[in-house]
Amino acid sequence: MIAAPLVEMLGITKSFPGVVANDSVNLELRAGEVLALLGENGAGKSSLMNVLYGLYRPDAGLIKVAGREVSIRSPLAAIGLGIGFVAQHPLLVRRHTVAENIALGMRGSFWNPVPKVRSKIFELSKKYGLEVNPDAPVWSLSAGEQQRVDILKALARGAKVLILDEPTSVLTPQEAEELFKVLRRMKLEGEGVILITHKLDEVMAVADRITVLRKGKVVGSLETSQTNPTDLAALMIGRQLEPVRASAVQVGASVLRLENVSALSDRGVPAIENISLEVCAGEVLGVAGVAGNGQRELIEVITGLRGVTAGLVMLEQTNLTNVNARVAADAGVAHIPEDRLQMGVVGNLSVAENLALRGFETPVFSNGQFLEPAAFESFAQKAVAEYEIATPNTQTPVRLLSGGNIQKVIFARELSTNPKLIVAAHPTYGLDAGATAQMQRLLLERAAAGAAVLLVSEDLDEVLALSTRVAVLFDGRLMGVVKRDAATREGIGLLMAGRELVTV
Amino acid sequence: MEEIFISTFARSLAFGTILLWGALGAVLSERSGVVNLGMEGMMILGALAGFAVMQTSGNALLAIAAAALVGALAAGLHAFVSITLKANQFVSGLALTMLGLGLSGVLGKRFEGLPLFTQLENISVPGLSSIPILGKAVFTDQNPLTYAGILVGILLWVVLFKTRVGIQIRSIGENPAAADALGVNVVLTRYVCTMLGGALAGIGGAFLSVAYRPSWTEGMTGGLGWVAVSIAIFAAWNPLGAIGGALFFGGLYHLQFRLQESINPALLKMMPYLSVILALALGALRRKSRGTAPAALGLPYQRGQR
Repeated sequence: MIAAPLVEMLGITKSFPGVVANDSVNLELRAGEVLALLGENGAGKSSLMNVLYGLYRPDAGLIKVAGREVSIRSPLAAIGLGIGFVAQHPLLVRRHTVAENIALGMRGSFWNPVPKVRSKIFELSKKYGLEVNPDAPVWSLSAGEQQRVDILKALARGAKVLILDEPTSVLTPQEAEELFKVLRRMKLEGEGVILITHKLDEVMAVADRITVLRKGKVVGSLETSQTNPTDLAALMIGRQLEPVRASAVQVGASVLRLENVSALSDRGVPAIENISLEVCAGEVLGVAGVAGNGQRELIEVITGLRGVTAGLVMLEQTNLTNVNARVAADAGVAHIPEDRLQMGVVGNLSVAENLALRGFETPVFSNGQFLEPAAFESFAQKAVAEYEIATPNTQTPVRLLSGGNIQKVIFARELSTNPKLIVAAHPTYGLDAGATAQMQRLLLERAAAGAAVLLVSEDLDEVLALSTRVAVLFDGRLMGVVKRDAATREGIGLLMAGRELVTV
Repeated sequence: MEEIFISTFARSLAFGTILLWGALGAVLSERSGVVNLGMEGMMILGALAGFAVMQTSGNALLAIAAAALVGALAAGLHAFVSITLKANQFVSGLALTMLGLGLSGVLGKRFEGLPLFTQLENISVPGLSSIPILGKAVFTDQNPLTYAGILVGILLWVVLFKTRVGIQIRSIGENPAAADALGVNVVLTRYVCTMLGGALAGIGGAFLSVAYRPSWTEGMTGGLGWVAVSIAIFAAWNPLGAIGGALFFGGLYHLQFRLQESINPALLKMMPYLSVILALALGALRRKSRGTAPAALGLPYQRGQR
């Protein structure tokens, strides 16, 4: 007799005002397999899983767990049915210990259940290879360790089905490989894993079957062994997409030069120490590293948002050490910030106003004391056409745009003054494949036209595809700068984890 | 010398009791992530309710229960506005303070100037009061509500840090999304903490009107609710710290009486408020690198929103 699938979702439909997030979606998860749920941003992966975890109520359709029809009205009900959820950004109480986080919400004793939970943690750690110190406060853990805590949380509640939402987006390649090992152990134990992702290599590496979603509909359910990345990408996006790759470039004179730069973090502890590097015209210098190893401080030092405690920041012959952001921008530094909505745009201002933020004091946009609305408008019209910004009109508040279109507004504004140096922080984070390719192409075009580009990204594939050279930051130190031709995922991964470069 | 110390300590403790109940209420509410600036309003409503019931029934237990109930109901209003309707907690709390002051003024008119026929008498704890120095300073001739306040403070510490429910409350104050994802009822927990906090504040008010200064006058809490709120912050949201904080600020108030012959009373009146500012500034400096406020303090929780 064939056992019933762990989970069956049949004809799930969920709509929100204006969008159908899921349109009669079917999904099946069997015991002992990893199912990849593949799709672009907005394809409906997350809303489908929120339905399964009881966070959303579906408009139509039914869910069966182990062959029995169930109604999942809350996360508590989902946990009771053996479903565990590991969110993209770990849902943990940072100030509490690992054990306290795992004990949170457990039924039973009146007293603090932490002592009981500790032994459970050791048992599960051994069984699945999930090593973590139960008494460590969560804030002291790395992203990979925090994710392990989230997984342990689900397992400690007896999860038979584990949903992982973009689990590798915060991990180094090595940490990702560790995670995959854990997933394989879970398969052996007869558990089922649903892996939400849009990364194809990951799917090929770890999934047994793949369900592809596009615009809320299932466009394919296939065995991993029967398919390949190219076909999957076409299925996911709905058309073929040329991979963006840097071609050989003519590297010119030095544009940005950092000499022995050190700076403090917001908490007043050293964040970057003694960093020296150079970016030349025509070059893309990729900065790889797990977030929180000094990337943010490095960017802020260059763009005039943070002072240095030692060292020198030079843009060609101009000294930009400890200047403010306006001086840096006027000297020719463009900044594509990490946090689009917080730092990149003013959400409540219109598209046109946001596009003019960099130059609204200059004669084109203002006449003495008064602004020139006509100039705003014509500039905005041009930018909307050139960068293909999808917006109802130029007066729409920018916060109503999608992430990709907000990023296009930022690119249009920052590139409008022909900057000498473009500092791009996670420029494609969270964008869909189409917008990602457009942003990457823009950076390469500008480099080819003679700008220097400093690209900070957590996406190692992106760094390797676009960069002329790759620099790696770990714990605020520059671990090494590698030429693209000499750079491998493994080599960079080791540097990201803080191992010294061994020259053979 | 010993005499002065003992009497100063004992009087500080007595006055500090008003602050202690309010501060414990603030600690409980804010540990679950709900800021309640309505402390002053809840205390004065509790003071009026306690006095009114004591005046008419003569039953102290009934009076305290009434004060707790009124405090809880007032806090319930704040909870509804800030948890269910997700309105700004600071504005809602301020409104509660003004509502409490105004309402108690209107409803309290007929109690103005009335005497209490029965009193909530001070007692000494048998056995403990014979400990040298400490026995006289803490366990002799104090109000039952003073002892109860210290007991509740210790109890609250045990609940917050040593029990299952405590982890839930603190986690909700830090990261409600994490608690929600594990099936902990965020809304219910916040309601319970806010309303229990209001009940504690109400009892603090009743202590003032029934025991410490047995009378009713309009606005008799005179800003003590605000001091209670800042004690919670000063104590880094730790109930045991709140006991110490209440004692300290109680001491400052007591000093006013002691020093009024030698220093201008107007200056002395400012002292508690000045020291609130000073204490908060010092506390903030001490914790600059490691903030201790519950991370989700003051933020309404909406499922599915980052």
